[in-house]
Amino acid sequence: MTQKNRLGGGQVDRNTTLTFTFDGKTYAGHPGDTLASALLANNVRLMGRSFKYHRPRGPLSAGSEEPNAIVELRSGARQEPNTRATTAELFDGLAARSQNRWPSLAFDAMAVNDRLSGFLTAGFYYKTFMWPAAFWEKIYEPIIRKAAGLGSLSMQADPDTYDKGFRHCDLLIIGAGPAGLSAALTAGRAGKHVILADEDFRMGGRLNAETFSVADMAGADWATQSVAELSAMPNVRLMPRTTVIGAFDHGIYGAVERISDHVAVPETGKPRQILWRIYAQNTLLCAGATERPIAFENNDRPGIMLAASLRAYANRWAATPAPRVAVFTSNDDGHRTARDLHAKGVKVAAVIDTRADAPRSHDYEVLQGAQVVDTMGRLGLTFVEVRQANGEMRTVECGALGVSGGWNPNVQLTCHQRGRPAWDDALAAFVPGGTLPPGMVVAGAVGGQFSTYAALKSGADAARQALGLKGRAPRIPDAEDAPVEQTPFWYVEGCTRAWLDQQNDVTVKDVKLSHQEGFRSVEHLKRYTTLGMATDQGKTSNMGGLAIMAELAGKTIPEVGTTIFRPPYTPTSIGALAGRMRGKEFHPTRLTPSHVWAKERGAVFVEVGNWLRAQWFPLPGETHWRQSVDREVMATRASVGVCDCTTLGKIDVQGTDAATFLNKVYCNGFAKLAVGKTRYGLMLREDGIAMDDGTAARLAEDHFVVTTTTANAGKVYQHMEFVRQCLMPEADVQLISTTEAWAQYAVAGPNSRKLLQKIVDAEYDISNDAFPFMACGNITVCGGLRARLFRISFSGELAFEIAVPARYGDALMRKLMTEGEAFDVTPYGTEALGAMRIEKGHAAGNELNGTTTALNLGMGRMVSKTKDSIGSKLSERPGLNTADALVQVGLRPVDAADKITAGGHLMHADGPVDAAHDQGYVTSAAYSPTLGHMIGLGFLKDGANRHGETLRLVSPVTDLTVNVEIVSAHFVDPEGDRVRA
Amino acid sequence: MIINHPLLGPRDSAEFVYLGAATLMDRPDPDTATAEEWHDYGYLRDNPAGPHRELWFHEGGDRSILIVTRNTTTHEITAVELARTVGART
Repeated sequence: MTQKNRLGGGQVDRNTTLTFTFDGKTYAGHPGDTLASALLANNVRLMGRSFKYHRPRGPLSAGSEEPNAIVELRSGARQEPNTRATTAELFDGLAARSQNRWPSLAFDAMAVNDRLSGFLTAGFYYKTFMWPAAFWEKIYEPIIRKAAGLGSLSMQADPDTYDKGFRHCDLLIIGAGPAGLSAALTAGRAGKHVILADEDFRMGGRLNAETFSVADMAGADWATQSVAELSAMPNVRLMPRTTVIGAFDHGIYGAVERISDHVAVPETGKPRQILWRIYAQNTLLCAGATERPIAFENNDRPGIMLAASLRAYANRWAATPAPRVAVFTSNDDGHRTARDLHAKGVKVAAVIDTRADAPRSHDYEVLQGAQVVDTMGRLGLTFVEVRQANGEMRTVECGALGVSGGWNPNVQLTCHQRGRPAWDDALAAFVPGGTLPPGMVVAGAVGGQFSTYAALKSGADAARQALGLKGRAPRIPDAEDAPVEQTPFWYVEGCTRAWLDQQNDVTVKDVKLSHQEGFRSVEHLKRYTTLGMATDQGKTSNMGGLAIMAELAGKTIPEVGTTIFRPPYTPTSIGALAGRMRGKEFHPTRLTPSHVWAKERGAVFVEVGNWLRAQWFPLPGETHWRQSVDREVMATRASVGVCDCTTLGKIDVQGTDAATFLNKVYCNGFAKLAVGKTRYGLMLREDGIAMDDGTAARLAEDHFVVTTTTANAGKVYQHMEFVRQCLMPEADVQLISTTEAWAQYAVAGPNSRKLLQKIVDAEYDISNDAFPFMACGNITVCGGLRARLFRISFSGELAFEIAVPARYGDALMRKLMTEGEAFDVTPYGTEALGAMRIEKGHAAGNELNGTTTALNLGMGRMVSKTKDSIGSKLSERPGLNTADALVQVGLRPVDAADKITAGGHLMHADGPVDAAHDQGYVTSAAYSPTLGHMIGLGFLKDGANRHGETLRLVSPVTDLTVNVEIVSAHFVDPEGDRVRA
Repeated sequence: MIINHPLLGPRDSAEFVYLGAATLMDRPDPDTATAEEWHDYGYLRDNPAGPHRELWFHEGGDRSILIVTRNTTTHEITAVELARTVGART
């Protein structure tokens, strides 16, 4: 457990030792470590295998741009694949495993791919697995899928919770490096509401990784002091461990806060992560810059990393990948790494600088005008091969190589509204350009302000500008202000297996091949080679690819352009996006007031939209659902049944123009409906197709209660609001949905009046004379409870629907059951309801299926010609009114034992069975306990004139052919005597 | 997106339901309109790259229908009106 490569200093807490495992082996680290820094301190450079060639890899970076050190964290249900070791905060007991290797990280059998690399170039799949075509799905794809991919899923439910939250601020500052801290201090001291978000667990950005001083103290100390001042301000909210993943419309930002990723198990009551929606008046992007590598032969060996990451490990985490290091650079920044590591006591073997005039050093050798042309070391770097300015080759022994090709501003979030970055010649890099998301400004390195002083100053200035702060500018602390000079140097001449995208194994050769094969657009290059398509989205690799492509095409880099940057900025867990919307919280259940009672009765429930409705009520001894349903139908038709119909939509329509309004939304007339009467209404879409049906009861001259089907309650309400506000804005009519306000029960059957008379208060006469079919009214029940009574029937029996305020629904149902004992009252569910409505020939959702008109439904004459209503004009279109238009009919099997199924089509008794000879189709089918055989409803060409004809019902899908007789859809009581009884 | 409701101030677009182009308000006169006018009303929509007047129903709010003028390329919203007020004016 010795930390062989642990250096002095740094921002790790040596007073505490954390124990963790990697591939089963135990190591020690400290609070403040990342998994990567702790492994490096323990002399572990090899952390993963690449995606395609299974090349051994170690960390390239020390941050979220990491392409290589991708590991699996934790175990059991919390196992999490494809996490970056460079950002995983170390905690005691962390169990990490390498990925994409078998049987072990050091010996990976799939590394044979690396030997076959000559064949596995860009476009390999497209070229190789084309023939025979049938092989793709069955043979090629499964093999490729098995060989590719990185981590593995636990295949268990995530045991943690995730949440969503909303925050507002005057200024959102993204990134807490020198620019972000300076901006936050400026805005915070001015009393503005500030959110400062940073993806790191320690705020300070590069200040923590550098040795520069700020205001006569170490930069990291200045950062600590600034964070302390900010955290004392009530108007400033610090959000460490928070990645702003996207810039959305109108100043809305998405941010993922990792609340519990740095502990083994979330604290009780705390979520794992929170997805914040931040509403920002202004946004200041201080996202910094990412160092870019140089491509050279075998530049992917463990130990080869970005130079600034190498010094970040030394300065912040007091860790070095090896005791002896070298640096390969094209600019002055690389020399900082050499200086810092030398100061930490790490042997700097050489600084290889591509520039002939590179600065020299007393402390280590500088090879001017030299380039690294190859490297050695199978599982970790041992030597680099250097071609010196004079052409002589030289071998430098080192266990780590810091590579610096300059810096790229992190422009991603500036492009999320389709902005395109601009090329800055002086920096030889893309900087934010064009149109930024409204309200966004940038400061610090993302804006090309690379020195510490420039970052501090631009942060303060940008905050003042964004917030319109007046008064004297704040004093900027003294800080490093070196001039910035970046010499573009993308790759070493002559290299082929030089990696650009290390995660997806895209080499310089692949880019050249794709150019040779004619891929000219940068978007095509990306998709053909997969450059930049990995979990890091090419943060370290895209620029190199663009530069090579530009060179081959004889264009400049800005002419080639970049691919489009899209959210999220870094990989985001699905859990965070889902938040609490899991299981029942994603699809909540609505329960009717009688639900508890129905459960006590042992009801079987069915989901209807979000509602749970009783489907049937099995009695002891009933083993098949049909036994229960048939009994419920027969009992209702023989005496009385009760069904909960609370879920039907109820809309209150009030105002002096209420009748005029209903005349507009229903195709049939409502103006002359008398108070105290109910009428069936059919609602059309403007195109003449039936939308929904229901009843409208006139409780007063200016007051109607409209019902809708359960499924369309929301849609019909929306449609009615459209008509009211957009088409009849001057009408005096108000709408409100009262679906939840009333519990409503259908009481059906010859004894329904007798049952109701036992609970309706005596002053209300509900005899057939006083309260005839289609009557409605306000009444009281059970000694004064206000209620509504409607004499309407879906079952075809003498029936009522009674509504009481929802909180009395349970009591009313129980009362109906008790009082109904004398009549053997039977509760019935949706199946019996469905069977009875088919027996009666009533259309329902199956018939109002979005393709049928009033004519199809056999209600063509209901569409009033004397008034205008929604859909009345377009329902007159000739195409909807042909002589052979489909009309609803009833179906009965010629052989009573035969089955009828919905979905089947009707064909002539003889002749071909194909679409050209189609006569119609079946929409509903049920066993009719009343008739003792199956019945169906369907649509048949010219159906009204074909009663008595025998057709074939065919369903090739279920292999069914049955002879059916076309009959009236009204199987039971066609004259309607019962409902009027 | 944030929709600046004339009565309720700035509201998140998640509270709204999109109902389509505001031309839906220009329903043909049932007494005089030709079949072609009905066809155009029912089936033809402009698809501009730029400002677009459209209806948003504040289902999660006060149930107002708003006419929002939104630039389809930038999502910039330049005007928000109550449909009922506009409809009553025309």
